[in-house]
Amino acid sequence: MSLNEEVELLRNIPMFANIEPSKLKLLAFTSERMAFKDGDVLFRQGEQGDSAYVIIVGEADVIVDTPKGPLTVAKLKRNDIVGEIAILCDVPRTATVKAATKLEAMVIAKDLFFRLIMEFPQMAVEIMRELARRLDATNRKLTAKNA
Amino acid sequence: MERSLFRFILRFSLRQQLFIIFMTALSFPVTYVTLELPKRIVNEALGEKPGWARGILGSDMDRITFLLALCFAFLLFVLISGAQKYYLNVYAGRLGELMLRRLRFQLYARILRFPLPHFKKVSQGEIIPMVIAETDPIGGYIGEAWSIPAYQGGTLLVYLIFIFVQDFWLGLAAVSLYPAQFWLIPKLQAKVNLLAKERVRTARQLSDKIGESISGIAEVHAHDTSRLERADVARRLGRIYEIRYDIFKRKFFIKFLNNFLAQLTPFFFYAIGGYFVIRAVETNDPSGLTLGALVAVLAAYKDLSSPWKELLAYYQQKEDVRIKYEQVVEQFDPPGALGEKIQDENPAPDFKLGGPLVAANLTYSEDGRVKSVEGVNFSLPLDRHAAVLGTGGSGKEELLLMLARLLEPTGGSIQIGSHRLSHLPEAVTGRNIAFVGASPYLFATTVRDNLFYGLKHRPMRPRDADDAARRERERYAALAESAGNIPDDPGADWIDYQAAGVSDLAALERRALEILTIVDMDDDMYQLGLRGVIDPKAKPELAAEILKARTALRERLAREDQAALIEPFDEHRFNDNATLGENLLFGTATDERLNPERLADQPYVARVLEKAGLLDELLVAGRQTAETMVELFVGLAPGNQLFEQYSFIAADELPEYQAILGRTANLPPAEYRAEDRRRLLALLFKVIPARHRLGVVTAAIKNHVLEARKLFRTELPPELKDAVEFFDADAYNKASTLLDNVLFGKVSFGQAQAQAKLARFVRVTLDELSLSESVMLFGLDFSVGVAGARLSAAQRQKLGLARAMLKRPDALILAEAGNALDGASQAKVIQNVLKEFKGRGVVWGLSRARFASQFDHLLVMRAGRVVEQGTFEQLNRPDTALKELLSAE
Repeated sequence: MSLNEEVELLRNIPMFANIEPSKLKLLAFTSERMAFKDGDVLFRQGEQGDSAYVIIVGEADVIVDTPKGPLTVAKLKRNDIVGEIAILCDVPRTATVKAATKLEAMVIAKDLFFRLIMEFPQMAVEIMRELARRLDATNRKLTAKNA
Repeated sequence: MERSLFRFILRFSLRQQLFIIFMTALSFPVTYVTLELPKRIVNEALGEKPGWARGILGSDMDRITFLLALCFAFLLFVLISGAQKYYLNVYAGRLGELMLRRLRFQLYARILRFPLPHFKKVSQGEIIPMVIAETDPIGGYIGEAWSIPAYQGGTLLVYLIFIFVQDFWLGLAAVSLYPAQFWLIPKLQAKVNLLAKERVRTARQLSDKIGESISGIAEVHAHDTSRLERADVARRLGRIYEIRYDIFKRKFFIKFLNNFLAQLTPFFFYAIGGYFVIRAVETNDPSGLTLGALVAVLAAYKDLSSPWKELLAYYQQKEDVRIKYEQVVEQFDPPGALGEKIQDENPAPDFKLGGPLVAANLTYSEDGRVKSVEGVNFSLPLDRHAAVLGTGGSGKEELLLMLARLLEPTGGSIQIGSHRLSHLPEAVTGRNIAFVGASPYLFATTVRDNLFYGLKHRPMRPRDADDAARRERERYAALAESAGNIPDDPGADWIDYQAAGVSDLAALERRALEILTIVDMDDDMYQLGLRGVIDPKAKPELAAEILKARTALRERLAREDQAALIEPFDEHRFNDNATLGENLLFGTATDERLNPERLADQPYVARVLEKAGLLDELLVAGRQTAETMVELFVGLAPGNQLFEQYSFIAADELPEYQAILGRTANLPPAEYRAEDRRRLLALLFKVIPARHRLGVVTAAIKNHVLEARKLFRTELPPELKDAVEFFDADAYNKASTLLDNVLFGKVSFGQAQAQAKLARFVRVTLDELSLSESVMLFGLDFSVGVAGARLSAAQRQKLGLARAMLKRPDALILAEAGNALDGASQAKVIQNVLKEFKGRGVVWGLSRARFASQFDHLLVMRAGRVVEQGTFEQLNRPDTALKELLSAE
């Protein structure tokens, strides 16, 4: 997959949807592509996170440790981003992500991501918007639940 | 060491100097004859006056034959005289060189006997030029020290006698000005001598200053003080210039005066001599001065000025050299130097130090006022382990240095069994006691040579040699001895295997690995071995084994489904994980000419690409790369780290590439400027397709590069043949490291933890083939760099410790050894070393008090005194000094 295709991939992610294609290209170029085997762990619950993953090919399971043992709470597929909270603030991983098939992902490192945001404030605004939308969505869900 | 140069010459070269004088004396009759014959030719052959020549050759000889006979006799004597001079010059030159060699050797040997604290006062920058440069003129002088005054003085005398014999008054005229010269010249020279002394001193300080700038170069850069340093050196150079200029002026003035006085004398000859000749002719006095005699006297006088000048020059040189010698020698006689015997005495071969190590009222003071160790008493059995504890400045370090006899106590004594430590020769202390400080010095050679350094006291076995080489050795040894040097062969085998408790080199190397494991350096050795480069011709077995490991690793990776971790080098495939440049070269560059980073600068590369019809295609791809780079990075601030980490183009080059893109916008590649082509190619050569995913290296380009690769190899010009070692799946690549030879491919990008996984697989593979030990052994060949700079501080300490342990000392003295290691490693090393030295003495100065519990006996120092001693249990109570140290950690 070439750089241009990767840019298309990033554009489909809401967080990056409104960012200029040339900046996305820089993000794609500076990010590493990583291959995982079926069963390889991308990261574990409780670890300090330092990068986000965009799935390019394959599927992955999101697994949460519960008192009754590990529980798969979600499945990730092409175009999904996972671990993005960890590159925005210093919180431990809230779940373990494990490749469910042969998997390829784009790895966006935290410091790299921040450097790009510092360089291009427009990116920060776009991400803020996306986060606000998410917050709003969560609020609505909570209100709907409580009502 | 002789204080005066004259005494030095007298002591070491009296016989040779006397021989030179004897030979010089022999030459005088010949010289006299070469003067006398021309006069005979003029008077007897041409002037037909009766004389002794006629008497010898017989009166019946006709005039022409007589003339020729005299002329040939003259020629013969000139030849003899020349041959004598040649012999004397060579002999004297050789003597000078031998004496210079002796002097330098003595000076160097003295350096090795300086008391250690003396090195705090003198610097390398001062000492080295003294031994090397300042002694140089001394050698030249010594060879001629007696021969020049003897020869030139003698010659002068001969000429003078000749002149006096011809005519007493003429002789008197010739020497009339000598008294004035004898009086005046030394007076002038005295001032020159003073200046010469100052010149030596200033030059030394300059050398010291330069040495200091080099040692402190990091500070000069870090504080932007290069201007200050340059100003300082400029001032010193200015001072030297002034001194030298002053010396020149005075020296040449002395010469001028001398020349002038010498030219005055012919005036007397023509005036007085001419008067007598005319008188003799007019009065027909046969006993008067003849024209022939005057001509000969004039010829003799012309010759007279030359020895006179030589003598003057000799006198000036002598003064100069005398000052240099005295100034050098006085620097090599510091108080407290070790005696000569202490370095050369040989102990019984299996001498062992036994009995307790006893310190009685031990005191040390560097300046005689402040006592850093004061009144210390203790007794340690040599089969127990003691720890010395204390903060910096507690006297701990000085105490340990004294125990290792590296510092001479200023009061009290150290006794080991029945021996007083300061009376033992170095052959005992250096073999039976080992010392390791916080920064052990490593010599700029291999790990192996550094490890075995402590086993090389005397040459043990001569090196293998044929007859011719052996004769050469004997010649060398005889010559070395005649110059007062040590005749030993540094190339012989100096390793004392018995001292390490082994029988041969192979066993010693295994033992070295054992000890390196004890000091926790086994893994370091493995890594150093893997990073090393071997010549498969020198180590064919190892190379063959590594090739086996290459195959085994490949099989293992396939078995474990991990083949994707590495992309092997394959002649017929493009390697996506290597740069395009590396793909073209398909080998390891052995020097800069074919460095993959700069392939585009190599004219041959451009020729190959052209021939393969690839150039245009690559230029277009290069242009695309430049375009993408400009597009990606153009908005970024120049200082952004992204440039350094990810861009092929430095921030300040970006405008240049924009200009190139502009210039080449609508041109076919064939019309690009040469410089633009070079830069676009250079850019493209850096692209790694698997990593950069730019999409510019198309399948077509890859195929063409494969063709060009073939062409590159077959058409490589002879002058580049040794610049590259091509990859060959079945051959060991001598330009690559061991590790690269095992991997024989590029680590794949985009494989999670590929490096770590591969390292593990390589280790397992090598272990399986029992190759890890060979790799570690090969690590012994690693060159540690100047003062061990290529190793980390911890590695240097571990190596120092291993070197000390390898010689199996009876007592191991350690001052902060291992303090650069991390806590866990240090604990492990202390435990291992103590276990290894069970039943032998160890005194360890600890920087971390918590390790003290492993020792039998503790000495706690404070302000130069031992304030507590006993076992850990005895001292580990409230309110003890030990407790304080423990809680301070």
